[in-house]
Amino acid sequence: MSSFYHETETVFGTHKNPILQWIFTIDHKRIALLYMGVMFTLFFLGVSAAVTMRAELFFPGPQFLQPHTYNELFTFHGITMIFLFIVPGIPAALGNFILPLMLGARDLSFPRLNLLSWWFYIVGVVVAYSALMSGNGFADTGWTFYAPYSLRTDSHVLPTLIAAFILGISSILTGINFVVTIHRLRAPGMGFFKMPLFIWGLYSTAWIQVLATPVIGITLLLVILERTLGIGIFDPTKGGDPILYEHLFWIYSHPAVYLMILPGFGIISEVLTTFTRRTIFGYHAIAISSASIAGIGYLVWGHHMLTSGISDMARIIFSLLTFLVAVPTGVKIFDWIATLYKGSIILATPMLWILGSIINFTIGGLTGLTLGAIGADIHLHDTYFVVAHFHYTILGGVMFMFIGGLHYWYPKITGKLYNEVRGRIAFGLMFVGFNTLWFPMFIAGFLGNPRRYFDYLPTFTIYHQIAGIGALLVASALLLVLYNFARGLKEGKEAGPNPWNATTLEWHIPSPPPLKNFSKIPYVDFDPYEYENGEPVVHFDENFRRVM
Amino acid sequence: MEQEMAYDALGNSHPITDYKDDYDGEKFGFWVFLLTEMMMFGVLFLLFAINFYRHSEIFALSSGSLNVWLGGTNTVILLLSTYTMGLASLKMRQGKVRVSAYFVGVTLLMAIIFLGIKALEWSVDIGHGIYPSSKILDAKDHGEILFFGLYFVMTGLHGLHVIFGIALMTWVLLLIRSGGIRPEHNIALKNVTLYWDFVHLIWIILFPLFYMIGV
Ligand code: HEM
Ligand SMILES: [Cu+2]
Repeated sequence: MSSFYHETETVFGTHKNPILQWIFTIDHKRIALLYMGVMFTLFFLGVSAAVTMRAELFFPGPQFLQPHTYNELFTFHGITMIFLFIVPGIPAALGNFILPLMLGARDLSFPRLNLLSWWFYIVGVVVAYSALMSGNGFADTGWTFYAPYSLRTDSHVLPTLIAAFILGISSILTGINFVVTIHRLRAPGMGFFKMPLFIWGLYSTAWIQVLATPVIGITLLLVILERTLGIGIFDPTKGGDPILYEHLFWIYSHPAVYLMILPGFGIISEVLTTFTRRTIFGYHAIAISSASIAGIGYLVWGHHMLTSGISDMARIIFSLLTFLVAVPTGVKIFDWIATLYKGSIILATPMLWILGSIINFTIGGLTGLTLGAIGADIHLHDTYFVVAHFHYTILGGVMFMFIGGLHYWYPKITGKLYNEVRGRIAFGLMFVGFNTLWFPMFIAGFLGNPRRYFDYLPTFTIYHQIAGIGALLVASALLLVLYNFARGLKEGKEAGPNPWNATTLEWHIPSPPPLKNFSKIPYVDFDPYEYENGEPVVHFDENFRRVM
Repeated sequence: MEQEMAYDALGNSHPITDYKDDYDGEKFGFWVFLLTEMMMFGVLFLLFAINFYRHSEIFALSSGSLNVWLGGTNTVILLLSTYTMGLASLKMRQGKVRVSAYFVGVTLLMAIIFLGIKALEWSVDIGHGIYPSSKILDAKDHGEILFFGLYFVMTGLHGLHVIFGIALMTWVLLLIRSGGIRPEHNIALKNVTLYWDFVHLIWIILFPLFYMIGV
């Protein structure tokens, strides 16, 4: 059976050259792999930067980095991880591949637009990294580009700003494509509440991409114009207002954290049902909570500015709303735990990553509430406590979900199985390593160690050394995952269409899928996760008609 | 092409949306795109509102130095041009391809005139030394710096949209000639019409904000 690896469709008709066949492909599956390849290369660059910082911090005092180089390094790390990796993240890589398969569609609504998004992404990457080679060194502003420093610094922030703008366009185009696809290309019979929950996650995310990204786009454009022409809007010497910049930045960037996490939540629901062999507890509650997180998430940006000169009234309102947004998140966590209850739990590798992510994310979420309390935040703001919080949500949460999802869909994407034992060892290493890396930073931050410094007081040495060891464990775990995947390609067993006994539509077609996914489109008159006695309920014949 | 069907267990057939030819999908997608545009301009309007609140009097004074007649003429031109663009869309659907192309051409012409007038206005301002970071402007009151900062950014961004619109209309004309847009397949024209409506709507808000508060 020939799969999408053997044949493809491109924008310009046919090509003999396999490289051209890849970079001009309009097949959503190939585009997903293109994203994945580039994104993970950059991810490992970001990890290297992080390990370098941890090495510098292993002892107090200067080691081998100049203070200024350290500033560039954390900016490089932040920009790579946020703008180049986790924001396109799960939607562009896994979503692109899985979304049409789960919907019972042959592609996204706009396949050529999909390719265009990838090209915008590549241009963004190139422009962002061009700052490494030109001008006075990489930006040293942090990934937040706060004015007025970003207007004044003589480091090379312009390319980075322009890159973020271009990446925004890429993100918006993907968002539009997903929204339309989900509205228009669901298989006949699949109502919104028959969609798998991963799609609900992607759907909420797509709306955030569409509605929030333009805000950061125009804001960064204004910073660009401020630096080049001096229009004055954020520049206090001309009557402009730098606090306004912070508002606009966070009006995007808080929803952006949900944009990162919601598809991850979707993965949790998929993996959890498959490896407990039962339907999800509270399907509607989970679906609606994704949407309401996306909604309320728009109104809490002020919690990043509790110490930035906003009125007490505003502080109280933002704090309250921040607590509110935790409610739908809590609903999900309880639903997942209830799904585990009396399920026949199988601790396969994807399941381990997902369970780990729930634990880490719960810690990240609860410390987020600590930060959202006004009094506590005055003390904790801009300390390592914040850094630990968001690494627990992003690295311990989103990244664990992402890796869990990669394991889960690896057989679908490659047609092979990875080594299960190696997979579990990698998870164990990562879980221990991650907590060793970041838990001490809660304490260091709580005791007053500020963030974004290349140095610290000697009293904090012990925390940074434990973290340093954790960083090494994390890096080795990641390499082990990579190695496992690479070996699986060569020597993995054939996976077959449905190695996990999962229920959603992508498991009813061959692995790897053929070019147009479905020979016949199925009619969907069933819920996404129907099991009976541990076996999937729904079966199709070879013409995609349901067998009763 | 034949309508593809999905069959349920009882053998009833259900039509499948063809992603390669989905009129409603393409229109919906364009509306979503316009939402992103709206959010982007929305931020600028917000910035205008905040600064207007802080410097109301200076904003009114600065507004008085813009040429309300030129701005007004441009408003009328854009209004007429959305009308002709709408007619182009209508005529295409009625099967009158040539008339439709003619109306697109007229719209395109008006867009160019709009840009010409806009360029004239800008060059007059710049001739008076009013542009971002100029010595003359920087010596003035903060409110005035901000007013003109916003003026150049917002009308500039709008102007970019007009230029983009001109490119799109040219593309539409080419498509009509090559048969890529036909009465039964006119989504590109429909979406460009929507886009042009949006561009004109933005101007309808910009005009009173910049030109009329000082009158
Ligand atoms: C339970 C939900 C959450 C709550 C209540 C919450 C709360 C907060 C608060 C109050 C801050 C500001 C701390 C300060 O500046 O002093 C913060 C920072 C941050 N959060 Fe969250 N958060 C939540 C979820 C997330 C998620 C899911 C992510 C990412 C996937 C995330 C990523 C971040 C990041 C990157 C920062 C750092 C911003 C900076 O550079 O200052 N948060 N969070
Ligand atoms: Cu936030």
